[in-house]
Amino acid sequence: MQIGYYPGCTLKSKAKNLEIAAIKAMETLGVELVELDRWNCCGAVYSLADDDLVHLLAPVRDLIRARDQGHTKVLALCSMCYNTLARANQVMRDDEEKRDALNRFMEEESDYAGEVEVVHMLNFLRDEIGWDKVKEAVKKPLNMKVAPYYGCTLTRPKSVSIDPAIDPPVFKDLITALGGEVVEYGDSEVCCGSYQIIADAQSAGKTTAVILNSAEKKGAEALALSCPLCEYNLGRKQNLAIEANPALKPLPTYYFTQLMAVAFGLPDDINHFELNMPGTVELLKEKGLLAS
Amino acid sequence: MSETAVVEEKEVKVESNLIPIFIMGKKYMVPDSLTIMKAMEYAGYKFIRGAGCRGGICGACATVYRKPGDYHIRVGLACQTVVEPDMYLTQLPFYPANRATYDWNELKGEAEEVYQAYPELFRCLACNACTKVCPMDVPVMDYIAAVKRGDLEKAAELSFDCIQCGLCATRCMGEMAQYHIAQMVRRIRGKFLTPHTDHIGKQVDAIADGFYEKFMDEVKALGTLDPFDQSNVSEGVAKLKELYKAREGEPHTTDETWRPQSDYALLGE
Repeated sequence: MQIGYYPGCTLKSKAKNLEIAAIKAMETLGVELVELDRWNCCGAVYSLADDDLVHLLAPVRDLIRARDQGHTKVLALCSMCYNTLARANQVMRDDEEKRDALNRFMEEESDYAGEVEVVHMLNFLRDEIGWDKVKEAVKKPLNMKVAPYYGCTLTRPKSVSIDPAIDPPVFKDLITALGGEVVEYGDSEVCCGSYQIIADAQSAGKTTAVILNSAEKKGAEALALSCPLCEYNLGRKQNLAIEANPALKPLPTYYFTQLMAVAFGLPDDINHFELNMPGTVELLKEKGLLAS
Repeated sequence: MSETAVVEEKEVKVESNLIPIFIMGKKYMVPDSLTIMKAMEYAGYKFIRGAGCRGGICGACATVYRKPGDYHIRVGLACQTVVEPDMYLTQLPFYPANRATYDWNELKGEAEEVYQAYPELFRCLACNACTKVCPMDVPVMDYIAAVKRGDLEKAAELSFDCIQCGLCATRCMGEMAQYHIAQMVRRIRGKFLTPHTDHIGKQVDAIADGFYEKFMDEVKALGTLDPFDQSNVSEGVAKLKELYKAREGEPHTTDETWRPQSDYALLGE
């Protein structure tokens, strides 16, 4: 099976560990992620100003590229790219006036009316692959307690949510299929602080401390993520949370695609753990989950 | 050696109609066969800037125009674009575009360094005005997109045809000077991303060591190089021809194993 794939900028640099693990894990499941041969930054954040059409140009252009390359679906790995593309797509489907203005502005492109469907890898796995097939591919069941972290953009707003916004099961189902023990905690959809970390790192640390504390209290040994910005705040900048709450222990964070690659027994190097926070490799070693 | 024949010069008459064009709003009747640059000169303008190679490469003569009944901004290089009736045009004046200062010897060739030099590149909203205005059909928006995701190799490749005319910078709502960013990226590619070759360094060393001087001495000894002493020119020319004929060259039909036998052989072989 092939599916159109929109990587997003961060996955080509700081979050290579999210992308490469995904490509290989999907290969194991018989799915080829076909990267769009032409794409631009989606803008990362969907503009909430109702009349702000200019910020729709970037995501809509990507959707046009996907359509023009013959894809009926385009898959995103990054939660923010997913959210931005999916919401822009809705505007093009539902809002005739804005669609017309945008198509007129982008006259060098062929007209677009939301023909492509935007999916996130998590709901693609659930809807098109199925948890049974994921289960079958597991060679090294994740014998650890994993807390799934959704963040904001996978389930909000309701119109693009990949799952019910309250207590969404998709991420938990994946962890279960991979043989992991799901940690239920109350803060899996609390915002990680997002870009606030640039303006006020200390207050971002306070926010992530709440999430990490909540997961640790429920016995989490690892946190599973789907967004490079969440990973930055909760993973690589976890020291800020520990500064805010010195009682916290370091909690290794992984992208869900890395956990898939680990459970599928794929070579360790594709996971690029050097881009994760310290301690990620050590935990896997302790659990006997490294391939070599 | 081929012979040359003198051809009688003939006057060639080129028929051309006069058409109206508007240079900075003022109407001029100019021959329809001229380029914008020639037409402006025909109209009496004298270029003291904004004209360079006149061959479509230097990027000095970017011109913006519109045509009646068409809202599009049209662009072209004045030296390459033929005039059309009723075009309203102006040549781009000097257009400010900041170029970042960086210590070339300190660079490591990473995308981060481009971001630091030109943080404004993240203001790109993918409006594509830059691509639409490029007279060289460079996909400007796409190369900026490639830089944003750290793919400098791709950005260098996509921007290769850029002639630095600066039209993209005039239209950018993110206020960046794309062409300067692209130039930094191509320099990085040249220094860090393309594979380095040993043989060029060896050749440079050989030149510095004087390896080729004996060949120059040989030519000098022919006695033809003094422009004020023409007494033995024909003798020298004859010797030079002899040397030229006797030179060792790669046969027309050979394979990659062929190597020169004379001491003209390339170094490092």
